[in-house]
Amino acid sequence: MIDLSNVSKTFTLHNQGSAVIEVLSDVSLTVASGECVALTGASGAGKSTLMRMIYGNYCAQSGAIRVGRVDLVQSEPREIIRLRREVLGYVSQFLRVVPRVPTLDVVAEPLRAVGVGSDEARTRAKELLTQLNIPERLWSLSPTTFSGGEQQRVNIARGFAHPYPAMLLDEPTASLDAANREVVLSLIEAAKARGAAIIGIFHDEAARARVCDREIDVSRFTPGMSSSSEAVGHCNESAA
Amino acid sequence: MTPLLSVQGITKRYGAHIGCADVSFDLYPGEVMGIVGESGSGKSTLLNCMAGHLRPDAGSVVFDTRGHGPRDTVTMSEPERRMLGRTDWAFVHQHARDGLRMGVSAGGNVGERLMAVGARHYGDIRDKAVDWLERVEIDASRVDDRPTTFSGGMQQRLQIARNLVTGPRLVFMDEPTGGLDVSVQARLLDLLRGLVRDMGLSAIIVTHDLAVVRLLADRLMVMKDGHVVENGLTDQVLDDPQHAYTQLLVSSVLQV
Repeated sequence: MIDLSNVSKTFTLHNQGSAVIEVLSDVSLTVASGECVALTGASGAGKSTLMRMIYGNYCAQSGAIRVGRVDLVQSEPREIIRLRREVLGYVSQFLRVVPRVPTLDVVAEPLRAVGVGSDEARTRAKELLTQLNIPERLWSLSPTTFSGGEQQRVNIARGFAHPYPAMLLDEPTASLDAANREVVLSLIEAAKARGAAIIGIFHDEAARARVCDREIDVSRFTPGMSSSSEAVGHCNESAA
Repeated sequence: MTPLLSVQGITKRYGAHIGCADVSFDLYPGEVMGIVGESGSGKSTLLNCMAGHLRPDAGSVVFDTRGHGPRDTVTMSEPERRMLGRTDWAFVHQHARDGLRMGVSAGGNVGERLMAVGARHYGDIRDKAVDWLERVEIDASRVDDRPTTFSGGMQQRLQIARNLVTGPRLVFMDEPTGGLDVSVQARLLDLLRGLVRDMGLSAIIVTHDLAVVRLLADRLMVMKDGHVVENGLTDQVLDDPQHAYTQLLVSSVLQV
């Protein structure tokens, strides 16, 4: 379902002496449907960078990143947007929403985006919010004022609303108490059981051991730092 | 799929000065594209060339019309282009006063555009106007008031209602949230997002506000000195900018 071959990533900081930072090189990995794979490695190894590349948020300098039939390295924005809407979910560490939109609508939005009716989407959103112990009195409020843990749970509810065939989870159990951690782990297990291919970053070792089938140590893709300022490929033609 | 709008080699000069140079892109149905850049970068010139307000020195703006398929709007006749401007196209100005008739009631402002495409039944027009005022969160009791009695945010929402009432397929927006309070901006952004999704609109939004494009636009074009220096998926351009200017632009935003 998720297939990376020979992917590399460099950042070129044009306004800081054109420093070139090589972050990842020659990444190849495959995740099958129904499988959950953990990315491991020390802080700075490039776990989040790799995850953002799979989501199309960071662009790769070379290689191929295929999710389903789409290669994110070659695709047009509209193809990536469609992939994100229908196929590829992402639970980031931080909730980013339009201010003043009620929590219930924030959670229902991914379902509305794939054409689910308003009532059905809200019903599913209510189920998830209940499951994740967000009190009903908060549903009509914007999550922007919620505590960190509450925001994270809203983020998870939103990420699990639509049954994506592929999912990326960045620290889904961070800042959660034991009861909510348990809910999230069971959501992940249910997603696996329905056939989702999942890539996750978990600092919580017990959580990792429970839901992940394999681990991939990202530090083996990390090259040394370089200070050369050779031109690197651009993400798109008009920038070249 | 046929692009809704296909822009090829649009160039506009002001004497020796370049307004915008050799801009090309395709916009597909349902896509929202942001154009950012500092003032003087040519983004408004480009928008006005695309919307038929300025005649480009070179290039074509091909729109997939309902009746006759793809047509170059630069070379079509003035009446045809005006008809497009009243039906399939909408233009939201930064200053609501530029897009409204200030001497006419709110309902009249919305109804006028309906009448321009042939609506004649007073009751229907008024009903539709009231419906649209409510959709943009203006109380129906204000239907007979003139926009001069409205706040800036209300005027902007009225301008949006006036533009969308005829069910356009492409909306051009020039700094739609510029000059509004932050709280009013947030409400307007939420409204625009909902309308774009529910009506399946395509839109081109010119702004200098990166937060606005992050929330509204699927894809982003960055302009500097009349040239497009970078384009791509909005969050990718903002989070992993490739061009020196985009990196400078993104890193210059104050964190709140």
